Amino acid sequence: MATLTPEATELEEPEEHGAEGGGLWSWITTVDHKRIGLMYGGTAMLFFLIGGIEALFIRLQLAVPDATVLTEAQYNQLFTMHGTTMVFLVIMPLAAAFGNYLLPLMIGARDVAFPRMNAMSFWVFLFGGIFLSSSFFLGGFPDGGWFGYAPLSTQSEMIRMDFWALGLLILGIASLAGAINFTTTIFTMRAPGMSMFKMPVFVWMQLVVAFLLLFSLPVITVALFEVLFDRNFGTLFFDPAAGGDPILYQHLFWLFGHPEVYILILPSMGIVSEVLPVFSRKPLFGYQFVVFAGAAIALLGFGVWSHHMFTSGLGPVAESAFSLTTMFIAVPTGIKIFNWIGTTWGGKISLKTPMLFSLGFIAMFTIGGLSGVTHAVVPADTQQTDTYYVVAHFHYVLFGGAMFGIFAGIYYWWPKISGRYLSEPLGKWHFWLMLIGFNLTFAPQHWLGLQGMARRTAVYPPDIGLETLNMVSTIGAFTIAVSMLPFLYAMLVNSRTGAPAPADAWDGRTLEWSISSPPPHHNFHDVPTVEAIDDFWHQKYGEDDEGRAVRVKTFPEPSRYTDKYIHLPSPSYYPIMLAGGLVLMAYGFIFAPLGIPLFVIGALILFGGAFGWAQEDPDHPMGDHDDHHAEPDDGSEPDETAEEAAGDEVEDPTAALADGVVADGGDDA
Amino acid sequence: MRLIPLALLILLVASACSDNLPRSTLNPVGENAETIDNLFRLTLAIAAVFFVGVNAAVLYVAIRYRARKGDDREPKQIHGNDTLEITWTVIPALILAAIAVPTVQTVFELAEEPADALQVEVIGHQWWWEYRYPELGVVTANEMWIPTDQPVFLSMTTDDEDVIHSFWIPNLNGKRDVVPGRVNTLTISAPEPGVYLGQCAEFCGLSHARMRMTVHAAEPADFDAWVTDQLAPGNVDEDSEGWGLFLDKGCSACHAIGGTEAAGGGLNPGPDLTHVGSRTTFAGGSYQLTTENLKAWLRNPSELKAMEPDANRGMPNLGLTEDEIDTLVAFLQDLK
Amino acid sequence: MSTETAVHGPVGTDGADIRKTAMWAFLGSECLFFGSFIATFLLYSDETNGGPGTELFDIPFTSVSSFVLLMSSLTMVLAHNAYEREDGRQMRIWLMATALLGTVFLGGQVFEFTTFYAEGLRMDISPFGSAFFVLTGFHGAHVAIGVIMLTSMVIMSRRGNLHAHRGMNVELVGLYWHFVDIVWIVIFTVVYLLQV
Repeated sequence: MATLTPEATELEEPEEHGAEGGGLWSWITTVDHKRIGLMYGGTAMLFFLIGGIEALFIRLQLAVPDATVLTEAQYNQLFTMHGTTMVFLVIMPLAAAFGNYLLPLMIGARDVAFPRMNAMSFWVFLFGGIFLSSSFFLGGFPDGGWFGYAPLSTQSEMIRMDFWALGLLILGIASLAGAINFTTTIFTMRAPGMSMFKMPVFVWMQLVVAFLLLFSLPVITVALFEVLFDRNFGTLFFDPAAGGDPILYQHLFWLFGHPEVYILILPSMGIVSEVLPVFSRKPLFGYQFVVFAGAAIALLGFGVWSHHMFTSGLGPVAESAFSLTTMFIAVPTGIKIFNWIGTTWGGKISLKTPMLFSLGFIAMFTIGGLSGVTHAVVPADTQQTDTYYVVAHFHYVLFGGAMFGIFAGIYYWWPKISGRYLSEPLGKWHFWLMLIGFNLTFAPQHWLGLQGMARRTAVYPPDIGLETLNMVSTIGAFTIAVSMLPFLYAMLVNSRTGAPAPADAWDGRTLEWSISSPPPHHNFHDVPTVEAIDDFWHQKYGEDDEGRAVRVKTFPEPSRYTDKYIHLPSPSYYPIMLAGGLVLMAYGFIFAPLGIPLFVIGALILFGGAFGWAQEDPDHPMGDHDDHHAEPDDGSEPDETAEEAAGDEVEDPTAALADGVVADGGDDA
Repeated sequence: MRLIPLALLILLVASACSDNLPRSTLNPVGENAETIDNLFRLTLAIAAVFFVGVNAAVLYVAIRYRARKGDDREPKQIHGNDTLEITWTVIPALILAAIAVPTVQTVFELAEEPADALQVEVIGHQWWWEYRYPELGVVTANEMWIPTDQPVFLSMTTDDEDVIHSFWIPNLNGKRDVVPGRVNTLTISAPEPGVYLGQCAEFCGLSHARMRMTVHAAEPADFDAWVTDQLAPGNVDEDSEGWGLFLDKGCSACHAIGGTEAAGGGLNPGPDLTHVGSRTTFAGGSYQLTTENLKAWLRNPSELKAMEPDANRGMPNLGLTEDEIDTLVAFLQDLK
Repeated sequence: MSTETAVHGPVGTDGADIRKTAMWAFLGSECLFFGSFIATFLLYSDETNGGPGTELFDIPFTSVSSFVLLMSSLTMVLAHNAYEREDGRQMRIWLMATALLGTVFLGGQVFEFTTFYAEGLRMDISPFGSAFFVLTGFHGAHVAIGVIMLTSMVIMSRRGNLHAHRGMNVELVGLYWHFVDIVWIVIFTVVYLLQV
């Protein structure tokens, strides 16, 4: 994935992104959703490797009882950062990467609704991730667990948990801005004719995720502010001695935390819902049901949070109520699984790597879902929660589920992104090694948990039956690490030397396959008009009397270039400036009072960025990079319809308000 | 290849059942633990049906419908089937409802306080457990004794300055969080005498992993004998060298010895040592109480168990000489 | 390029203003933000930890400042009307009036905070104090941001930078401003009126 870093791509494929040109500066100032998507993905993959290395250290420590590979202090830091990294710096941004790259392509738009705000989201995410990780060099990683329960998170005098709380607040800004952007994009930028129920399921799932983010992020924001203020300003939100209640923190955290689970898994459900039909050569079974099930999961997801607190002492009435809602959420989840199987049933299945990962997703996610049902049974949960049984459960959901779906998506869309196929043999090695390694690692953890192994324990005693399975689990973890090698090799090498992929690389169904691989800078020469779900497929195929697909039309290979003049949003350096200022402020806050000058400098940069942004005319940017024509301009007339659809120069009030600091967001004239 | 997880599961179940598992939820002893285990097995059996069904379907599809060379017919384009949709919505919902009924019943059942229970107050500390028997006047640490003929009702909390812990003896019942500012309750019972192990189950900071506990379930007569022993004052010779060191080195600032001038009135932050010599473990239940271990402990407690004495969480290194250590260890082991 | 500027609204496929969609999404999110702080306050409304509690509230005073903030919603509506009539001068006057009323409200809040601190109700005295100051403080910060946005718009309009196709700003800031007012009505009811 290293080729995704700006420098690498720019050096190797200067023509890759059309007239926007190469050079580091062009990546820093880019507002192109495709480039932003790639940067999201590349950064998240780097964090995936970091989080994976953290996991390997954890598994090394746990390979044998009473091990001393790590000290308790180091172990606590590593599992805290492993969880925080994988959730906030890997899976969420990977979903954002897919959303960024694909949403406009799949709905027939030239960009997202707010390109500059989109760039800001990425830079805030990147700097926020660096900020959080830099704690390692500045006193140690946070060590309070990824959900930072008070009062443990407010107890320590160390600055680590300040890094954690502030880091998550910063990342929350990126996610909130992204959610606003995606919501608006999906609601307002769809190609003519694409009604809501003609959208691809992936787009639906991104919309549901955006809504989940909109309504859950503010809740954790409040929880984090309260922790931060307790730690730094002497407030007493979670101080039992003064009457504060630690359980309040748990309610706030999980009122975010459970929707968060669906934020992590729904994008992959969307990916799988795109991949399965293509490789079965059948439409998605029960499209409306899959969509409604996704929405139902999201809605119910706000009513189940207390099942994370079944041992907190809620009382039997609340426990029963949350038990029922939690069980009920299994119904729409089941509907999805059955519809996916229905999609493949009777199809003509091609077991290419994306399909393998998608089928793997169904199998592994089902296991995670079923162990989830056992958690809904409150009495059983009191034995399982905070043990390795839960660790196994959420890894089946988030690794076997979310990550398998993401890998399916990478293998599926990489030909579109790079114009080259990834190697099938390498992909199959990757899949099978990962599937075996994954099950070796996490299946035994169910039993470890049931045998009394509590999670988050740096050491466990010998002679209580935990040795063998822990060793198996560690071997599995290293198998997963090995499985990443063919993947990384394929990404690094095949992206340049792989078999060239045509525009319609898999005989696809959705709009992105109708344009060249890689896509033109402006996505669509002409904004398409949509008549049906899977419109592109239905242009290619009809049905005979038996209902079998029949090819009716073949499109010529589309060009990346057009002789039309297509206006695109201009690059801007204000987003990165704003993000940089924000993170400087965070460092300043952490190291107050010494850091106050840094805080002030950061605030000035942020203010300047916001002010410049507000003043910047997206149509007439700074003279030195006004190259906002998509393609060589032969002087033909501007394509006005296209420009309207691009809706590009829109900006700031929301961006400015989203971070709650910027003062002059309103005036974007 | 896809059968690997299944094969693995069978292997694991087999291996899990064979061992002696003093901390296993699958080996319930107490009545509540048994109720939970039965409910879990019921749920697991139903889940297993779905597990096998879905995975078999995936496997079947991948084999049966795989594209074959020479077959250039396209599949039928089936967009959905409402009857199927309703079926696979209603049936799982009914099955879940069937699980929900015993679940809710059990939740209320487990929340009841038994009428004739022995009362024990559990206080979680970073990183050890304190037990108080208000009816009996006994105070002890890390190792709880209970009679086999009586359920035990635990009222659990922590100091205000402490953090959340979770009390968990898998053989005897599910876990229950121990939250500062609240009192949570849990009923355990052990009809068979034996030693049952536990582990703090809510991450509570640095030495969470070494915050363990032991429950000794004893026949009523043995339990009464234990209580009688515990109520006796500490076995202290006030002229002994060990006692002198205990006072001089500041041990009594944190540790109480009942019936002496170091009785402490229960305000001390460390475990009560009145009968420490009668226990089998120490240091949050994570080390066997042997002469060698005790000596190593006194040489540098944080070496054996990570602690934060500077923040008043755990025992500092007292900088004792080997002679002092020998004397103190002998003194402690005499506190039967 | 000149032809574009005329049609160049920030509009989506169907011609609707996409910034309004975004603003609604943002405000929806804000509801949960204030909702969580209000929930925190309700939980802690009696947790005074031996310090002062709701008896310090001066309902007549806060009623007056609440009234001032409510009136600012009216002036905001008038500003928007003036904008629709393309009456720049009137618009600036009403925007200024709105900003001024907002500032008066903030002044009232500063006075109230100062009084409470003098009487011993502090952020670090009790969970009640923490919840009260953090909730009302975050609301005050929202008002302050609104005032700055209003002022900026007045300045831009004077410079002639509020072009017709960007006039939607007045509506957007108006949305935000009305939202902040509505939140205050909820806070005033729940935190002040229902607690005394």
